Amino acid sequence: MKKLTMGQRFWLTLIFSLPLIWQMLTMPFGWHYSGQEWVALASTTIIMLISARPYWSSAWAAFKLHKANMNTLVAVSTTVTYFYSLFAVLTGIAEYFESAALVTLFVLLGDYLSERMSNRANDAVKKLLSLQAAMAEVWRDGKYQNLPIEQVRQGDRVRVPAGAKVPVDGKILTGETEIDESLVTGESVPVAKQPGDQVIGATMNTTGLIEVEVTQTGQDTTLAQIGEMMRKAQTSHAPIESLVDRIAGIFVPAVLILALLTFAIWFVLLGASFTQAMLFGVSVIVIACPCALGLATPTALMVGMGRSARSGVLIKNGEVLEKAVELQQIAFDKTGTLTKGQPELTDLIGERKTVLAVAAAVEQKVTHPLAQAVITAAQKEKIAIPAAEHSQVLAGKGTAAEIDGQLYSVGNRRLLPTAAVNSTWTQQAEELAAEGKTVSYVLQGKKIIGLLAFKDLPKKNAKRALADLRRQDLRVAMITGDSHRAAASIASQLGIKQVIADVLPAKKVAAVKTLQQHGSTAFVGDGINDAPALAQADVGIAMGSGTDIAISSSDIVLTSSDLLGVPKAIALARKIFRRIKLNLFWAFIYNLIGIPIAAGLFAKVGLMLSPELAALAMAFSSVSVVTSALLLNYSKLRL
Amino acid sequence: MSVEHLLAAVVVLALIVFIGWWFLGKHEQQAQSAKQTAQKQAAIIKVHGGYSPSTVVLKQGVPAEVKFEMHDQTACLSHVVFEQLGIDEDLTKQAVTTVKIPTNEKKTFNFACGMGMFHGKVVVK
Repeated sequence: MKKLTMGQRFWLTLIFSLPLIWQMLTMPFGWHYSGQEWVALASTTIIMLISARPYWSSAWAAFKLHKANMNTLVAVSTTVTYFYSLFAVLTGIAEYFESAALVTLFVLLGDYLSERMSNRANDAVKKLLSLQAAMAEVWRDGKYQNLPIEQVRQGDRVRVPAGAKVPVDGKILTGETEIDESLVTGESVPVAKQPGDQVIGATMNTTGLIEVEVTQTGQDTTLAQIGEMMRKAQTSHAPIESLVDRIAGIFVPAVLILALLTFAIWFVLLGASFTQAMLFGVSVIVIACPCALGLATPTALMVGMGRSARSGVLIKNGEVLEKAVELQQIAFDKTGTLTKGQPELTDLIGERKTVLAVAAAVEQKVTHPLAQAVITAAQKEKIAIPAAEHSQVLAGKGTAAEIDGQLYSVGNRRLLPTAAVNSTWTQQAEELAAEGKTVSYVLQGKKIIGLLAFKDLPKKNAKRALADLRRQDLRVAMITGDSHRAAASIASQLGIKQVIADVLPAKKVAAVKTLQQHGSTAFVGDGINDAPALAQADVGIAMGSGTDIAISSSDIVLTSSDLLGVPKAIALARKIFRRIKLNLFWAFIYNLIGIPIAAGLFAKVGLMLSPELAALAMAFSSVSVVTSALLLNYSKLRL
Repeated sequence: MSVEHLLAAVVVLALIVFIGWWFLGKHEQQAQSAKQTAQKQAAIIKVHGGYSPSTVVLKQGVPAEVKFEMHDQTACLSHVVFEQLGIDEDLTKQAVTTVKIPTNEKKTFNFACGMGMFHGKVVVK
């Protein structure tokens, strides 16, 4: 026999159930046609063969492995009612075929609906990956050719006309344009791009023609990595789930025992008829099916993670959700996270041309934002930058290099030899720092030859993001390697009370640890030096512009560098976790309330569940849990 | 108490004892090693009312595949999830579903059905 799909089996079962439903509905009016028990026998037998048998076979296979599951419950309840009714019809007493048939029908309905819905929930990743362009215009043999995306290699040159999707990750070689990156970052405003800027595969090129050098293909593209991260997150367990797992193992045998006890108490102790006692027992088995319990977490996780990813928040696993709920504090790295990270050179003390030329030469290969500001200033003033050799980074202090055999260094106060402290230079530096500026010293050997002062401005949404976080009952702190004064200036602009300044990169972890003594702490950062702190924090949040290592040591990755993503991420994580808890609560409640009713505990007051009603309630519970998960897509965020 | 009541009580009691012993007692299942050929190894897991075997052992360093043979027609076991690998496969789409297991390090990969009711593991030694 050809294998039927779940849907086909459901519809066939429904058709064969119609006579039984008719009999049930007309019974209260006393309508009865002759031979109706034989019709019931025939249609139920067909239903058992088509639809109940797979459950029997699975339950039997499980039984041989010493396992019991929801199929065991379905199998036991349908076999008991079916074979009892068979016996009844042959001996001329009342039969209950409709119980066997309708339990099967509703169990199938639940399976069918929840399968369809979880397929829908699962679509998010597939949809994301399908957004990749299929073809690319690649430079081969002296001309641009339209090739399938699989043939594009790293280092290839591709052309992207306006209105086309960027096929792969790369760097712009020629052309200027605006690119809609909303797919990856959730930001709807297109971003201006010029030669040298990075572009991301599957984003939309809106206005200009660009030529792009391919930097990543296949599994390494941003989109593929987001997809991979989402897949891992969606299949991960929330810690709360392991409790469910533990319960599941003993749940089914316990229900079977409970059903037997229900039967025995009604039949032996309370003097009910054999049939009535059996129906109570079967109802217990049917209502107890733990499908809703099993579906509660995975569906909510899947839908929640999908929604987060669409709004630019990648949550790495289910564990993060529970931690997000417990958070009490959130600490930000200052430079590049709270501020633009592109400080500008505001003051220079010393011989301007020499100092700037030397500083730019020493810091030419440094990616630190202060170094970038120096180089930008030198270029703006058209100062020739001399060649530097043997450049080395002095961690937490600055950078040193040789120019024409002479050692120069640029860095902060910790760079100074003891003799140089408390000179007029340091006094002037104090004054600049008092204005909230960051000061770098330029040294020739051990002699100070100049001072550079920089100022960095907060990012545009910083204030609103912090206000949103405070509304979520989080205490906000700032951790920075800058001096107290530079930090205090930013902190007062943003209303941050707790500032931990002068922190060496290696001490950021210790700063986070100190904060953790006062409660569960999240850390938001982006640089390589933030990676250990991101890992130490209860929840590490890496900003989109961040480096790979920062991203890999974090728990939540924001694909945009907009700070509003932080309150959004925490709100989303908390929301998903609360929904999982709500789902589990409802699933448990169904069983908790359903089992005593089904066992006939309230039979005295007329509250009873026949096996078929129990089956309907059970199917409804699965469907409601999945619906509740899907609603996560539409529910509003409280920020 | 009538005879049939007494009989029912005895049968129920016997069934309860049997259920407790059969499902909750200790019944160890044997782990199975994968079949080796020169360049690769493969293990077959039959999916029917559970996973048999529920534990397979792979050798480190040899490319490995675990094949899930679907014999079950109910929703319960329709998906297999390897949490650590980020794999969630629908077993109902084809008769045999192949999952590639990385064997570059000694590690245990747990897998479970979509609802986390059935568990198994792949051990790389």
